[in-house]
Amino acid sequence: MRAYLPKYNLTTAKSLEHALQMMNDSKRPIAGGTDLMVLFDMGNLPPGDYVNIHRIPDLQGIEVNDDYVEIGALTTYSQLRQHEIIQQEFPCICEAAKVTGGVAIQNRGTIGGNIANASPAADTPPALLVYDADLKIVSATGEKIVAYENFHTGYKQMQLAKNELIQRIRLPRKNKHNLHYYRKVGTRKAQAISKLCMAGVANFTPEKIVQIKIALASVAPTVIRCKKTEAYFCEKQYAQIDICEAKRILQTEIAAIDDLRSTKEYRIQVACNLIQEFFDLITEENNE
Amino acid sequence: MNKKWVGTNVPRKEGIEKVTGKSKYIDDLTFPDMIYGITVRSDVPRGTIRKIHFADNINWDEFTIVTIEDIPGENVVTLIESDQPFLADKEIRHQQEPILLLAHPDKSLLEEARRSIRIEVDELPAIFNIEESLNKKQIIYSDDNIIKEYLITKGNTDDVWDSAYKIVSEEYHTGAQEQLYIENNGMIAIANDEEVTVWGSMQCPYYIHKALMPLFDLPAEKIRIIQTATGGGFGGKEEYPSIIAGHAALLARKAQKPVKLMYDRAEDMVATTKRHPSHTRQKIAVDENGKLLAIDIDFVLDGGAYTTLSAVVLSRGAIHAAGPYACENIRIRARAVATNTPPQGAFRGFGAPQSIFAFERHLDLVAKQLNMCPVEFRKQNFLQQGSLNATGQKIEEEVRLDKVLDLALEKSQYFAKKKQFAVHNSQKNVKTYKGVGLASFYHGAGFTGSGEVYLASIVGARLTADGKVKVLAASTEIGQGTNTIFSQIAADALGIDYDMVEIETPDTSKVPNSGPTVASRTCMIVGKLVESAVCGIRDTLLKSNLLTSEYTSQQFITASKKYLEDFGELKIFVKYKPPAGIHWDEKNYRGSAYSAYAWAVYVAEVSVDKYTYEMQVDDFVAVQEVGEVVHPILAQGQIEGGVAQGIGYALYEDVVWRNGQMANNQMTNYIIPTSLDAPDIRVFFSEPFQPGGVRKGIGELPMDGTAPAVISAVENATGKHVCHVPLRPEDLMMLYRKET
Ligand SMILES: Cc1cc2nc3c(=O)[nH]c(=O)nc-3n(C[C@H](O)[C@H](O)[C@H](O)COP(=O)(O)OP(=O)(O)OC[C@H]3O[C@@H](n4cnc5c(N)ncnc54)[C@H](O)[C@@H]3O)c2cc1C
Repeated sequence: MRAYLPKYNLTTAKSLEHALQMMNDSKRPIAGGTDLMVLFDMGNLPPGDYVNIHRIPDLQGIEVNDDYVEIGALTTYSQLRQHEIIQQEFPCICEAAKVTGGVAIQNRGTIGGNIANASPAADTPPALLVYDADLKIVSATGEKIVAYENFHTGYKQMQLAKNELIQRIRLPRKNKHNLHYYRKVGTRKAQAISKLCMAGVANFTPEKIVQIKIALASVAPTVIRCKKTEAYFCEKQYAQIDICEAKRILQTEIAAIDDLRSTKEYRIQVACNLIQEFFDLITEENNE
Repeated sequence: MNKKWVGTNVPRKEGIEKVTGKSKYIDDLTFPDMIYGITVRSDVPRGTIRKIHFADNINWDEFTIVTIEDIPGENVVTLIESDQPFLADKEIRHQQEPILLLAHPDKSLLEEARRSIRIEVDELPAIFNIEESLNKKQIIYSDDNIIKEYLITKGNTDDVWDSAYKIVSEEYHTGAQEQLYIENNGMIAIANDEEVTVWGSMQCPYYIHKALMPLFDLPAEKIRIIQTATGGGFGGKEEYPSIIAGHAALLARKAQKPVKLMYDRAEDMVATTKRHPSHTRQKIAVDENGKLLAIDIDFVLDGGAYTTLSAVVLSRGAIHAAGPYACENIRIRARAVATNTPPQGAFRGFGAPQSIFAFERHLDLVAKQLNMCPVEFRKQNFLQQGSLNATGQKIEEEVRLDKVLDLALEKSQYFAKKKQFAVHNSQKNVKTYKGVGLASFYHGAGFTGSGEVYLASIVGARLTADGKVKVLAASTEIGQGTNTIFSQIAADALGIDYDMVEIETPDTSKVPNSGPTVASRTCMIVGKLVESAVCGIRDTLLKSNLLTSEYTSQQFITASKKYLEDFGELKIFVKYKPPAGIHWDEKNYRGSAYSAYAWAVYVAEVSVDKYTYEMQVDDFVAVQEVGEVVHPILAQGQIEGGVAQGIGYALYEDVVWRNGQMANNQMTNYIIPTSLDAPDIRVFFSEPFQPGGVRKGIGELPMDGTAPAVISAVENATGKHVCHVPLRPEDLMMLYRKET
C-alpha cells in the first residue's frame, strides 16, 4: 500500500439525504471501491474526505414497470447477471456483467461506479448506449434526467457535478430487437481490461435491415455510439450493403490510440472486424 | 531397496500448515521494535549521480537513512563477477539502481518520503536492446558490451554449405518474462557490528550468506540466513534476494532495530530480474531425405546492466540450442550482451526455453521447405543410444524418444486432428481456425558440466530426541515439494515411516550448504545425498549393534533413543562425489554437459478467432521421460503449472519496455493466463528408459517445450510463419496484413 492512510477520511452515509448533504461539503463518494482502491493502493488516490454510499437503500434494487427497467446505481454485476427481465430484454448488459473482472469484482463492483469512473474502456456502458439508457441524477437541491448518450463529454468528463450522485439507470422497454450482439476483446478471458468492446442491436426483416445501433468502448476518449455507421445500415436492403463502406464510415467515428494493452491499428482493425461479425450474424439469422 | 514411499502420493509435508494459513511467510512476521524499510532508486537508465536532494516537507530526523557511507565492507553483490553494487556509488547503469535506503517505524510514511527525494544526475545516452548493444551504439560493459561468449563446434559446418541439398535460414526473437511468484520478495534483518541475521523469502540461503560476508566484512559464522515459508520462486528468488537481504541488514545495522523490507508487486516487477530476451539466427543444411547435415546457430541474450547469472544462463541456452537431434556438423555461437535495463536473471529453464524455441520453430520451417511431415523429419534425426550430441557427449542410456513421441501422437490424436482441422479451416464461414503443433526436446538435469564438482554440496542427517531422523540441507521448499520428496527418499532409504522423517528449516546456522535450489538438482543430486546421509545414520546404528538388518519403524526409534542416551548425538554429513565417466572440458565446451537428460514431446491444439486474432489453447498433451517419478501428483502439478507458464510465454506475457524499464509492472496489464485461458493439460510420464531409479529434472521441461508447440499449432491454424514470442493478437494481425 503506497497511500498514507491518515490523510484519508471516510464517513458512512446513513441515507441518501445524508450522503448528498456531505457531498455538498465536497466529499467524494465511494461505492464498491473497486476502482478507487486500486488508485489508493498505488498511492494515486487524492487524499481527502470520502463518503461511503455502499449501504444506501435508495441507490439499490432493480425496479420494473411498464415503460422502464430502473437499475439502482449500487446494483452489482452479479445482481445484473441474475435478473430475469434484464436477461430477456437487455441481454448485452448480462453479457457485459459476465465478462467484467472475476467473481469477486462482480460481487462488489457497481454499475453506478462503472459509469461515474468514466473509463473509456468500461464494459457495461456500450450496452447501456445501445439500449438508450438514461440516468437519474440527484443532488441536495434536486434531480435531473440525462440521456446516457450525452453524459460523457470528454476523457473522464461528464455531466455530473461534484455534489451529485447517480441514483438510477433507466432502460426503456419499448424498443424490441431481433438480435443483440456483445463482444468484449480483452487481454485474456477474465480479469481483463478491454482492448475494445462492442455492443450492437438490430431490427431486420428478410428484405432489409430496419435499424441497428452500435456502441464501442476503448476506441475513443469516451465510450461512443457510432451513429454514422448505424445510419449507413438503416433501411437498407442486404444487396445494397457494402460492408467495406460501413467499415470506412466506422473509422471516421473512432479515435483509437496505442497504450499498454493494445495498439491503435489493432483497435481500428478489430472494430471493423466486429462490425463484420455483427453483420455476418444478422445475415446468418436471416438465412435460417 | 524396497520402495514404499517413493512413487506414491503421500500428503505434502507442510501441506496442512499451508492450507490452514498457519505457515508464516515473511510479511506475516513482526519482531519487537521492528521498523520498515524502503529502497530509493534511480529514475534514469544511465548517468552519473551529482547530488541527492531531500525535500523539506519530511522530517528526515525520524528516518534511518543508509547511503554508501554506511557500508562496512565491500559494496558489491558477490556472485559470478563482482560488478554490481548494493548501492550505486556514482555510476547509474539502469533505471532501478538502488541508491539510498530509508526506514521508519510507520510504514505508511515511507512512500511519501521516497517520493520526496530527488536524485540529480548527469544523464548519459543508454542502450536498451540486443541490436543496440551488438552495434556498440554505446559501450557500457568492458570494451565491446559482451558479458560472455561461448563457441560450441562439432565437425565442420563450413564443409557442408556448398554441397547441401537445401539451406534454410531464419531469425527468431523471444521476449522477457516475469517469474510472478505469488509471494513478493521480502526480508527482515537484525544486525550490529558483530553479527547479521536475515529471515526471508528465498531459494538459496547460501548465496545470500556468501554475498553478505564481504558486504559486512564478517566471517561465515557471524552471518546467519534463515528461509521463511516461500511462496514460489521460479528462479526469481535465486540471486536478487541477496540484494534485498543486504539492504535490510544495512538498515538494521544503522537503526539498531529489526528492519522489514518488503517489495510490493509493482516494485517487485519493475526492479527484480526477468527471463533474458533473446535473438537467434538459425541456418540449417539438409539432404533430400531430410537428414540434418549442418546446424549453425548464433544465439544472443540480453543480460541487462550487470553480469549476474547471465554467463550461466547463456551456457545452458547454448548447450540445449541444437536439441535432441543427431548432426555431424554443428556450430553454436552464444553471446550475452549488456544493456541499460535492470539485470535479467534466473528463470525456470535458464536460457534453454529461448534457444529451444528458436530451434524447434526452425525445424518446422525446414520441414515445410522440404515438403516433409514435421514429425517424420524430427523423428529420423532423433539422438539414439550411442549418438554424440552437440557437445560431443555420447548418449549412454537407451534413448527411446520415438516411444515418447508415439505416446504423444496417440494421446493427442495428432494426425487425425491435423486432417480434421484442414477440412474445418477450408470451410466457408468458419469463425475460428484450428491447428495442432508439436515440439520434441530434452533438458539436462542438474548443474552443467563441472558445476556440481565446484559446488561440492553437503547434506546432513541427525537423530532427533524422539528417535526420528531430521534431514539437514539448505535446499528450500518453495512450493515445488522439496520437503515431501526428501522425506519420501529418506523414509525408503531407511525403511521407516514417512512421518518419521523431518526436515530442518534452511538456516545457515543449522544446515550445511547443499547448493542452490535450482536446475531441478534438488531431487536428482541433493536427493541422492539425502539418501547417503540417512544411510550413514542407519549404518552407525547397525554398527553399534542397536539395530539388526531387519527392523520396524518402532525398533528404529528405540535404537535411536538408546544411541542418543549412550552417545549424546548422531549427525552424519556426506559430500557430493561425481559419478565416474563424466568428463567436461570447460574451455572448449566439449564433453558430458549433464550426467542425465529428461526427454519430452509436447503437443498443443489451438483455435484462432477470425475476427479478433485471439488465440486459445484448447488441448495440451505433455509426455516426458524423467526417470523415476518420486511423487506423481507433485510431478504432474509441476508440469501443469509449467505448461500454463509456457502458454503465458507464448501468447500473453509481454514486458513492455519504456526507456529500459518495465512499463506494465502491475498484474492488471502484465497479462498471465487465468484458469479460463488454460486448456485441459494432460500429463503423461513415459516408462523410465533406464532401470535403477535414476531421477532426472522435471521443472524445466514444460517451460522448454510449450511455447514452440503452441506457436507451431498457431502456424498450422493460420498458415502464417511466426518467428517470435510472445505472439499477441496484435502481432498475428500484422502477419495477416503482411501476407495479404
Ligand atoms: C480486478 C479488477 C477487475 C476489473 N475488471 C473490470 C472489467 O472487466 N470491466 C470494467 O468495466 N471494469 C472493471 N473493473 C473496474 C471496476 O470494478 C468497475 O468500474 C466497477 O463497476 C466500479 O464500481 P465501484 O462501485 O467499485 O466503484 P468505486 O471505486 O466505488 O467508484 C468509482 C468512481 O465512481 C464514483 N461513484 C461511484 N458510485 C457513484 C454514484 N452512484 N454516483 C456518482 N459517482 C459514483 C466514485 O466517486 C469513483 O470516482 C475492474 C476492477 C478491478 C479491481
